[in-house]
Amino acid sequence: MQKFTTLTDVAMTVNIENVDTDQIIPARFLKSTDKDGFGNNLFRDWRYSSGDILNPDFSLNKQSQKGSILVTGNNFGCGSSREHAAWALAGFGFKVIVSSYFADIFKENCLNNGLLPLQVSPQFLSKLFKALEINPTEKVTVNLEEQTISFGDDANIEGFDINPYKKVCLINGYDDIDFLLSKRDAIKQFEEKIS
Amino acid sequence: MKKTLFDKVWDAHVVESIPNGPDILYIDKHLIHEVTSPQAFNELEQRDIPIFRPDKIVATADHNTPTLNQHLPIKDDMSRKQIEELTANCKKNNIEFYGLGHKYNGIVHVIAPELGITQPGMTIVCGDSHTSTHGAFGTIAFGIGTSQVAQVFASQSLLLEKPMKMRINVNGTLKKGVSPKDVILYIISQLGTNSGTGYFCEYAGNVFREMSMEGRMTVCNMSIEMGARGGLIAPDETTYAYVAGREFAPKGEELTAKIAHWETLKTDEGAVFDKEYDIDANDIAPMITYGTNPGMGIKIGGTIPETIETSTDKALAYMGFEYGQSLLGTKINYIFIGSCTNSRIEDFRTVAGYINGKKKADNVTALIVPGSRQVADEMKAEGLYKIFEEAGFQVRQPGCSACLAMNDDKIPAEEYCVSTSNRNFEGRQGPGARTILASPLTAAAIAIEGKIIDFTQNLN
Repeated sequence: MQKFTTLTDVAMTVNIENVDTDQIIPARFLKSTDKDGFGNNLFRDWRYSSGDILNPDFSLNKQSQKGSILVTGNNFGCGSSREHAAWALAGFGFKVIVSSYFADIFKENCLNNGLLPLQVSPQFLSKLFKALEINPTEKVTVNLEEQTISFGDDANIEGFDINPYKKVCLINGYDDIDFLLSKRDAIKQFEEKIS
Repeated sequence: MKKTLFDKVWDAHVVESIPNGPDILYIDKHLIHEVTSPQAFNELEQRDIPIFRPDKIVATADHNTPTLNQHLPIKDDMSRKQIEELTANCKKNNIEFYGLGHKYNGIVHVIAPELGITQPGMTIVCGDSHTSTHGAFGTIAFGIGTSQVAQVFASQSLLLEKPMKMRINVNGTLKKGVSPKDVILYIISQLGTNSGTGYFCEYAGNVFREMSMEGRMTVCNMSIEMGARGGLIAPDETTYAYVAGREFAPKGEELTAKIAHWETLKTDEGAVFDKEYDIDANDIAPMITYGTNPGMGIKIGGTIPETIETSTDKALAYMGFEYGQSLLGTKINYIFIGSCTNSRIEDFRTVAGYINGKKKADNVTALIVPGSRQVADEMKAEGLYKIFEEAGFQVRQPGCSACLAMNDDKIPAEEYCVSTSNRNFEGRQGPGARTILASPLTAAAIAIEGKIIDFTQNLN
């Protein structure tokens, strides 16, 4: 897994609430048996009007500069457990997703792919959306070590929570499999106890 | 300390609690299917990690399978390859696989309960968010991503933070025509689609105690639609009677011993929940949805409410509805009765009971998709096929089908489909398709009329 520490980049916006994973990657694109290529179909039915023609009204298509931070509406990633949603976002080039609320499974799927789901207060989110509306190339800074997100002047900074274990994993690029494998003896002992 | 049902099952499965970190939770059963497992198999193979406990895994093909001519090779190349890969992966790793044509094949959340694989007090996971279904048996059952599928392959365990607990009590008498599906659609419409995020939800009260296992599965199935990763109902006599005698259920003395343990799986009097809701059963009516998430639901005779949520404007534009509108009289050309929410034998008995001797409206295409081979066999044995065919309904072979439209069972753009499935998201049943969620009984009544009607007046 890729390591994550700090990032300063242009942010892109999808200002829609309750975005479900069917919108992030529709089911008809889940037939692949590897993790690559899903970025092409990210937000497929919103990004394209028909066939391969981009929908000029969709926010991601309006922005001239591509960025690796996605700012989205409340309750992002609800619905299906498909990890293909995280692969599609990562495949498109995102490293951080900012929202005021994430669905549980989606959040874990992001963390398992080195993608940071960053939860901010509704007030901070609406300030950030406004700032990005005025200046779409406004840079946003995410500092995982310090657990802060900021943009513009000093007034626009907020702390965020992350599970300390997951923080260590992201910073070092560890994944849960390595950790669980190191616990196999404890797991075997547990199995004996319950059998 | 007083414990909830959830605490009891969770605590019994904690291998180790990491200081300042998650718990290592042991998983009793791992269910897999073709869509969310291939990358997990690849991951283990690339890292040269063997599957730790293949005997605790059961596989089926359901999401991406045709519902016609299952005996023939699958036409779509990618779909066929996905199933071939699952077949090969299971064979290579000694995993029990109920593929197309197998007598146990069907939707993962239909077959595990009907085979007695799902048992009270277990932890069950699957790379599918509707794994919450199995909570109907008093299990901790939840959907996981593919990375977590790989973790369970590698260690039969997961690293998880213990979720919070909520309880929803529904007491009173349900009105005539109100199904378990209406109960859960009503709950979600009242509490919202993210009210359960971060929680496991216990359902309690006389309404659930009096419900069949099929009904309880429908309710727990849709826990995820309010954001709750899992739902649970305490096991009781109804549960034991359902489990007993099934293929992989404990038998004889083992069953007696198990039941003695299952009896303890109840929330202690005075145990504390992080949040709790009380709902009066008398307030619930047959429900339909008008928008693009399952929380956007109204009583069938109701009108679309004004809201401050900006996403509703977008949803109504997609659905072709307006604020304040009643859906009664809306012409419906497609009906889908199936999915892991409502494709069990009880659902089809209800539908058959209503349509027996009637004919579907001429404008309607009605699809009946059983949840499993076993359900299909029961339907045949009970004469339901004949009733459906005489009413002009198409009966297909088992699978997830038009619930997520990965196969050919798609609803055309801009067409309304009254569906017994669980999600009315944009494009869920095909690009541009407009889904209206409802119970099997409601779907049956609308299939006969060809438009949305308040059928409760026709019930005697």
